[in-house]
Amino acid sequence: MNDFEPTIVAFFCNWCTYTAADLAGTSRLSYPSNIKIVRVMCTGMVDPKYVIKSFLEGADGVLISGCNPGDCHYINGNFKARRRIKLLKEILAQFGFQPERLRLTWIGASDGIRFAEIMREMTAQIKSLGPNEGRLKMVI
Amino acid sequence: MVKTTQVDLKDQDLLGALRGFFKAVLEREEISAILVPWRLPMKNTVMPTLITDPQQLDRADPLSPGFAINTARVVSRLTRRASAGKVVAVMRPCEIRAFVELVKLRQGRTEELVIIGLDCLGAFGNRDYFRWVGDDAEASTQKFYRAVLTGSGAAMDGVDLSRACKACELPTADGADIAVGLYGVDTAQHLLVQARTPEGENLLGKLGLVETQEPPGRMKALEKLVAERIAFRDEMFNQTRAATDNMEKLGTYLANCVNCYNCRVACPVCYCRECVFVTDVFDHEPAQYLRWAERKGAVKLPTDTLFYHLTRLAHMSTACVGCGQCSNACPNDLSLMELFRSVAHRTQAGFGYAAGRSLDEKPPLSEFRENEFPEVVGI
Ligand code: SF4
Ligand code: SF4
Ligand code: FES
Repeated sequence: MNDFEPTIVAFFCNWCTYTAADLAGTSRLSYPSNIKIVRVMCTGMVDPKYVIKSFLEGADGVLISGCNPGDCHYINGNFKARRRIKLLKEILAQFGFQPERLRLTWIGASDGIRFAEIMREMTAQIKSLGPNEGRLKMVI
Repeated sequence: MVKTTQVDLKDQDLLGALRGFFKAVLEREEISAILVPWRLPMKNTVMPTLITDPQQLDRADPLSPGFAINTARVVSRLTRRASAGKVVAVMRPCEIRAFVELVKLRQGRTEELVIIGLDCLGAFGNRDYFRWVGDDAEASTQKFYRAVLTGSGAAMDGVDLSRACKACELPTADGADIAVGLYGVDTAQHLLVQARTPEGENLLGKLGLVETQEPPGRMKALEKLVAERIAFRDEMFNQTRAATDNMEKLGTYLANCVNCYNCRVACPVCYCRECVFVTDVFDHEPAQYLRWAERKGAVKLPTDTLFYHLTRLAHMSTACVGCGQCSNACPNDLSLMELFRSVAHRTQAGFGYAAGRSLDEKPPLSEFRENEFPEVVGI
């Protein structure tokens, strides 16, 4: 079987997805430990540099997750994030990155169950993609 | 409606006719100065120069294949805040497009500016131009534009147009207030001068030039040129994409980079006033280098080479106008324009955007809509 354990760097907004992660925890819903969470105030503050740096340091996947449309606590940070992710997907695709390695989701604060599902799904997808190719070669 | 006029040549002297036209513009009392490509008195090198004395326009050289910097940068400096008077800037099409991007980012203004754009005959790379131009710059420029305009091509004396110019499918000054037409025009007799905006029409109206029609052959000549350019461009994209289709190959492509950051200094649309890569964010702790080396077994110094280029692409690729100044600036001759343009083509298409096309289109990253890009969200 596949014993590759991917590293997935996850940027969760404080108000929605991070709260959902908390809820999943207190509800004793299990989700894979491959997800390494970075809490940010809003997905609108996830600079493209954070994503690029994560991949260059060998992350196998990057997940950005925040509030549903209309729920962003900074009004429209999630919509701005969506454009940045779109841009990054276009750039990275040219360099052979599978688009599935970079994901954006919207998970509300009360969606603990969906949160756990999505974490499992993303981890399974990255496992089947295999390791981030450049990982060892990226010395520059 | 486009107002079309012509300037007649004396003794088939195209440069002389252009200089005369610039002089007539500068002599209007509402015009304070004109920025033109100008041959420096101490050396035959062509630089954007701000002129107030009409006599100095005898050194103007708007047809030279020298293209040392993208003028959008300087025009941005000249127009960032309200000034005391109206300036005319003579620019290449890619310079106009870059300036349009800067205006949208509030790094330039069009209020006291009139842009005169010329059909671009293309340019040599800096190294080639400096080597080629020789002592008689007037003769060199004449030789160049005659070769291009008579259709025998720019390749001469072992030099040729830069790859950026060979791949440029937008050689006309569509964004100018006043556009000077050369392709498909009988440039032994006259040149075409068209007003493209009310501002341009206002100025042109005062110069008393003869009204005319666009010659029938012009459209055809441009179509042919553009088709050749697109074929070259697409082949260049294919080659570049094949050479960088995974991260390891991208690393190979950029392996000779020494992190001098000249490419972003030369880039007219690399808009950050201070590049994050030269701030203390990247002044890593000495111990950090050791940790990186430890983890990977080897780490090249200076670090962050790929990080820099990928971040730069995230910043400027939606604004890249393909001017090629990045390639010009690289001390190690990396094929940068090819890389940046091929990514830019993709990102601009992704947002239905074209850099420099219109002042009315917002840069993709400065707006959003509520319902868009559903494919980007979700697992
Ligand atoms: S990236 Fe290169 S080709 Fe594109 S605008 Fe900047 S300098 Fe010109
Ligand atoms: S100009 Fe060339 S060497 Fe300098 S940072 Fe850009 S790619 Fe690297
Ligand atoms: S606060 Fe959650 S995405 Fe903006």
